[in-house]
This record gives sequence, structure tokens and C-alpha cells, in this order.
Amino acid sequence: MDAVKRYFRSPAAVLGLVLLLIVVGMAISAGYFYPRDPLALAGRPLIWPFANPRFLLGTDNSGRDIAAQVFYGARISLLIGGVATLIAVTIGILVGALAGYYGGWIDNILMRITEAFQTLPNFVLLLVLVAVFGSTLATVTIAVGIVSWPAPARLTRAEFLSLRSREFVQAGRTLGMRDTQLILREILPNALPPVIVYAGVVMAVAILLESALAFLRLSDANVASWGNLIGLGRDVLRVQWYVSAIPGVAILITVLAVSLVGQGLNDALNPRLKQR
Amino acid sequence: MSSTAPILSVDRLSVRLPKGADRAHAISEVSLSIAENEIVCIVGESGSGKSMMANAIMRLLPQGVSTDGGRILFGGYDLCTTSAAEMRRIRGADIAMVFQEPMTALNPLRTIGDQIGEVLDIHTDLSKAEIRSRVLTLLADVNIPDPPRAAKAYPHELSGGQRQRAMIAMALALDPKLLIADEPTTALDVTTQAQILKLIRELQQRRKTAVLFITHDFGVVAEIADRVVVMQHGVVVEHGPAAEVLRKPQHAYTQQLIAAVPPVAAPPARKLSDETILTLSGVAKTYRTGGFLGRGVRVTHAVKDVSLALPKGATLGIVGESGSGKSTLARCIIRLIDPDAGSILLNGEDWARLSRGDIRQRTQKMQMVFQDPFASLNPRRKAAELVAQGPIVHGTPRARALSEARELFALVGLDPSAADRFPHEFSGGQRQRIGLARALALKPEVLVADEPVSALDVSVQAQVLKLLTSLRERLGLSIIFITHDLRVAAQICDLVAVMKDGEVVEHGLTGQVFGSPQHPYTQALLAAIPGGDFARTAQG
Repeated sequence: MDAVKRYFRSPAAVLGLVLLLIVVGMAISAGYFYPRDPLALAGRPLIWPFANPRFLLGTDNSGRDIAAQVFYGARISLLIGGVATLIAVTIGILVGALAGYYGGWIDNILMRITEAFQTLPNFVLLLVLVAVFGSTLATVTIAVGIVSWPAPARLTRAEFLSLRSREFVQAGRTLGMRDTQLILREILPNALPPVIVYAGVVMAVAILLESALAFLRLSDANVASWGNLIGLGRDVLRVQWYVSAIPGVAILITVLAVSLVGQGLNDALNPRLKQR
Repeated sequence: MSSTAPILSVDRLSVRLPKGADRAHAISEVSLSIAENEIVCIVGESGSGKSMMANAIMRLLPQGVSTDGGRILFGGYDLCTTSAAEMRRIRGADIAMVFQEPMTALNPLRTIGDQIGEVLDIHTDLSKAEIRSRVLTLLADVNIPDPPRAAKAYPHELSGGQRQRAMIAMALALDPKLLIADEPTTALDVTTQAQILKLIRELQQRRKTAVLFITHDFGVVAEIADRVVVMQHGVVVEHGPAAEVLRKPQHAYTQQLIAAVPPVAAPPARKLSDETILTLSGVAKTYRTGGFLGRGVRVTHAVKDVSLALPKGATLGIVGESGSGKSTLARCIIRLIDPDAGSILLNGEDWARLSRGDIRQRTQKMQMVFQDPFASLNPRRKAAELVAQGPIVHGTPRARALSEARELFALVGLDPSAADRFPHEFSGGQRQRIGLARALALKPEVLVADEPVSALDVSVQAQVLKLLTSLRERLGLSIIFITHDLRVAAQICDLVAVMKDGEVVEHGLTGQVFGSPQHPYTQALLAAIPGGDFARTAQG
């Protein structure tokens, strides 16, 4: 309860939450405001924003409603961001917990694998995965998740390393707890807050990764995503710059919102750091 | 002691705490004075405001805390109102400070000589060479062996006692008029503490420095103080010449504090059972660190060939200084650490050879109480759950375990209605009671207690020890009690074993070992207890 109170004491955190709620609201209400397929042709191509009341944000080079695509794009971005983060954090916690708790050769093997992933630039690895497995929404999401797990894994491992030798864990062991009980019930709840906070960063990066992929036209072209729209706008960037700029702002706001919420959570969950 | 005008006088000083603290003022209307060549001790338990006092004088109060009202007069200045620049000049040069934990007070990345030299570099115009020679003289003054080598050493390369000597050398570099020492010996072993106290007194007498010495230990007060100021909850409750306050304390709180200083003399021996419950023979644990392909391995013999026996219903104290291997031995007995050799027989079963799974099933028989009541309780669990954990793991239904936990709360002197609170809502002493209840929930036959009262204030210490004694009688517990404090050991143990460098150098009945120690190390330990005569006789 204290954490909630502390969260709402920070203006930046509240702003982040409001922005995030707006994006979520857009995703939910997309079907209500724009019942038609957002990728269907709607009118004349390249209408400037506010020029035609039917197309508030104008149309793109094929004559599709940009506002509709932005609303539906919120769904895709949040979906990819959310699911990829879930995948990354789950793998990360699993690997980090095992490596940190057991140490020794298990730690050695798992950390070498983690390093192997980390030495490859995220985006290059993502390109390889998409090139091999194709670029449907599902594969892109999973691929983004797979390239994002090493950082949460290292974080979890560090937490486990410092927590496993703490006296309350030793006390659990003298009470006769099994390793699984110690890991899941004693250490994990204490190791989780920094990982949850870091999940905000992972989510922001995941959204950006998908957009970058779409910009190169390597993401799923059959869904209305912000990245796809930016990629389309590339061809008319010099004159009709708004085609790329509008979804760009949407990405900026979403990433900013997620980051602010993450930072707010960090301050709320680790109050002692905030006081400095 | 001295009739000269006071060097420092604090006049009705108040220090306000930020809103939401447990009280409005850390210190309220405190007055005290220190004359040249005088040692004044501020004594009090944690939370009494004694450290805040030192910080206020140095103007090093934490954020959100400020003085409101009162004056601190020093050398013609009121330290409450002097400018920040003036204050910087006074700090180090006129008033110096020695902190409790020399390892954290020293910069780990710079050599000792460098750090002492820095003080001289900032406040004087001495040349590099002069500074070098002054540093070596200072280090020689504080009796560090081989000053040139110590000057080149980094903090981690020195022992705790040597680090504290280096801190004192740094504090005295500019011949300050006033030295503030904030619990300078609390983190040290008794024998080292005795040396440091002697050093501070010698230096003080030679240089005629005024010393404001902050401590929680009346033994230390008896050892060093000229005058004593007793603080409680931010207020001075009693002050006067040391001998008077120690012999004839007037205020109830002072009396209570002095009574809580345990006597070194053991209470009359109890009759011990002939039946032995736990037998250690030849227990050893060796650590190997570092090294590559068999070269450069550092071998530490933490525990060497320890053989001891614990009679049923008795308390065996294992005493020793840090690094003596007593905690490692405790963890070997409970099998948190696997011993390399030897046997640990409990009811005829050798715990040293049981597999991890077998140990898990037998944990009800032997339980442990940990040192740090803050670290040993999972912060995310309610007190009742913490206590019920053990029985639940061993198959007791959750509801029954929780209701039994509440009964245990009453047993260890806690309010059962507090069972739904989280650990951070309890005080240190209460948490240690929760830790005790957690261990007792499994109805163990043997309890291994690793420094269970070291982190507690003296008066709380006395309460927890009393609780432990009464539980021992009521539940028929046999206890292994690890401590570095001989006064605590004398209070509760039937038998003691003195450990040094992983070996038991002497063991036997507490009365015998402490009454007529045979081994020179035991004799040194007993002689080093601060307060000497006071600690032995004042109880009368």
C-alpha cells in the first residue's frame, strides 16, 4: 500500500501512467471508432492531417486512414511488447535463478550461453531469426522475446547470488526446505522487484525492435502496425513527412510512458534509493 | 579533572528529526561541556541520540535533520551558525572524528599513507617530503608495526585493529583540540578493543586532547572515561564524574543499564546430566581459495580437529574472537556447511555423514538461531508465517501450524495479536524472539545459537538471555551457544570451549575456565574485557 502511495507522489510516474492508459484505451477502442479494416482503402491517397474531417490524421500513400492504423497499431505494439517481455522475463528469471542459486558448473554453462547471446547485437540476431523463421506476428513476437532475455537473466542471477547466502535463506534450509521451496518462496519474491522494474525497459526496447523491423519491411505486413506505417512513409518522407511522423510520435509516447512507469515503479518499490 | 575553561560547550542543543520519525527531536535541550585533557563518554542505547550528538557538533547531520535551538560553542565560534567554509577549516584541523567501522570510513582505493597525507595536504603548506615523514611519525605514534609498509598498504591489507589505528593517526594528524570517537571499538575483538582503548588514553594524555567518546558499553566507560553523560531518548538523564556515576547511579535508567552489564563471574554451576546428547569428534573444515592448476592455492583451516560433548539439557558456550572458526563450527554442526572430517553424533546418528535429503528430514531435532535479527527473517513474510514455516514444511496442516505459531508467540514473550505483522514492524529484540519461536516451532532437542544477542542493546540482551534460560528449563533444550562476548557466555553457559584459529584451546565448566583460566589465550581474553574491576565487582 505504501508503494502505491509513493508511486502517486511522483508527477513523472503519474504522467507515464496516464499516457500508458491512453495508449491502452486506443488499443481497446480501435474497433469501436474504426469498425472497418484499417488496411482497407478508404479515400484519396496522401491527404494531409486535419484537411478532411473524415480522415483526421490524413491518409497514407495507398489511401488508407492513418488514424485507424494508429489505433489498431497500438494493439500490435502493446501485444508484441507485452508478450515478448513476458517471454524474455520468463526465460531470464529461469536461467538467472538456476545460475545464481546453484552456482558452480551450472552457473558457468548458463552464463556462457547468456554471453553468447549478448555478444551478438540484438538487432542482427533478430534479423537472422526472422529471416529463418519467417515474419508472421507470432514469430516476430517470439523472436523479439528471445533476443531480449539475457539482461533480465543477469539481473536475476545477481539478485540470487546476493540473496542465497542471506541468513533468512539459511534459516529456511535449517528448517528443512527443499531447493525448489527456497528458490520459489524465499528468494524469488525478494529478487523480483528489480526484475519487474527492468521489464519496463525490456518492453520499451521490444516495441522499438518491432518498429525497426517493420521499417525495414521485415515485420508482418498483414497487420496494421506503427512500424509498417513508418516503413510506408519512407517513400514519401520529403514531402508528406506526416505519414512517418504520426506513428513515430505514437511510438515515442508509448516508449516514454512505459519507461516512466518503470522508473516510477522502481522508486516506489525501492524507496531508500529515492531518498538520496 | 581540570579546572580550565571548557574547549567545547553544548548549550541546550536540540536536533529536529524529519516528519514521520518516531519522535520529533533526536536530541532535545542537551547541554554538556568538555575541558582540555578530559575524556567525556556519552553512553546510551541505540536510538538515544548519542551519535546524532557527534554529527551535530561536526555539522554532518543527515538530510532532513537540522539543529533547532541551542548553541555549540567551540573556540569562539557557535558551530550552529558558522559558515560552511569556516566549518570545513575547523573539521579535521580543530575537531577530528574517528568512526565505528574503519573499513567503510577509509577509501578502499587509496593507500593508508596517501589518506593520512591528504589531511596534511589540505590544511597545511608542508612539502611532499615533510608530509611523508609526518605520516610515518603518526603511524609510529599509534603503534602500527612497520610504519613504512603500513603507509603503502591499502585498507583491506590491514587488520581491523590496524585500520582503526590508522584512522586515529589520521584524526590526530593536525593535533586537534577535540577528538570525537563514535563507538571506535565496537566493531573490534575484545583483545584489540583493549589495545585501542589504551592507545586512545595514552595519546590523549600525551597531547592533552579533549575526547568525546561515544559508546553503548559501560565496560568501556569504566575503562576510559573521566566524566559520563547518560542519554536516553535524546535527553541527558544523568551526568557526573565516571567513578560516581558507575558506583552510585542516581537515575533509574542508568541503574538499569549498569545492572544489564553482565558479570564475568559465572553463576553457581547447575547439576549436569550424565547423558550426552551431542558429541563432536575430530570435526574439521578447510577452505581452499584461488589458485590455478594447483598453484597459488590459499588454504584456510577454519576448524581444526574439534572434539566436544554436550550433555543433555546443558548449554555449551563456544567463545572466541572473529576468525576463530566458531561460526563455521556452528554451521558444520547444523550442516549448513559440510565438514571435511570428523563425526557429529546426535542420538547415535552421525550428522556429518548423512545425505542432504536425510538431513532435511531430521531438521526437527536440531535448530539454529541466527545472529542478525534483521537479516534472518524473510522481509516479505508475516511473523506468524515465518514461525509456522518449519512445521508446514514437515507436513503439519497450515491452519494448525499457524495456530500453534500464535501459542509460540506467547511462549517467547510476544503479543500473539502481533502475529500478522511483517518483520520490519518489530524491534531488534522482538525479531530475535520471532527467530527463536521459528526455531522452537519444530520442537528441537538441540538449539544452535550463533551470536543470538550480539546485535542487541544491553538491556534487550539481558531480556533475551533470560528468556533463553527459562525456555531451556521448561523445554529441556540442550544449547550450543556461540558468542564473542565472555560476559554473555558467563551468564548463560554451563560449559565453555575457547576457540582460537580453528582450535579449541581450553574447555570445561564455565566457573573453572573463567575462574582459573589455564591457557594464556583465555587469560588474555579475560584480561581484555573492558572495565576490568568494575565488570567483576560492581554487581554486588
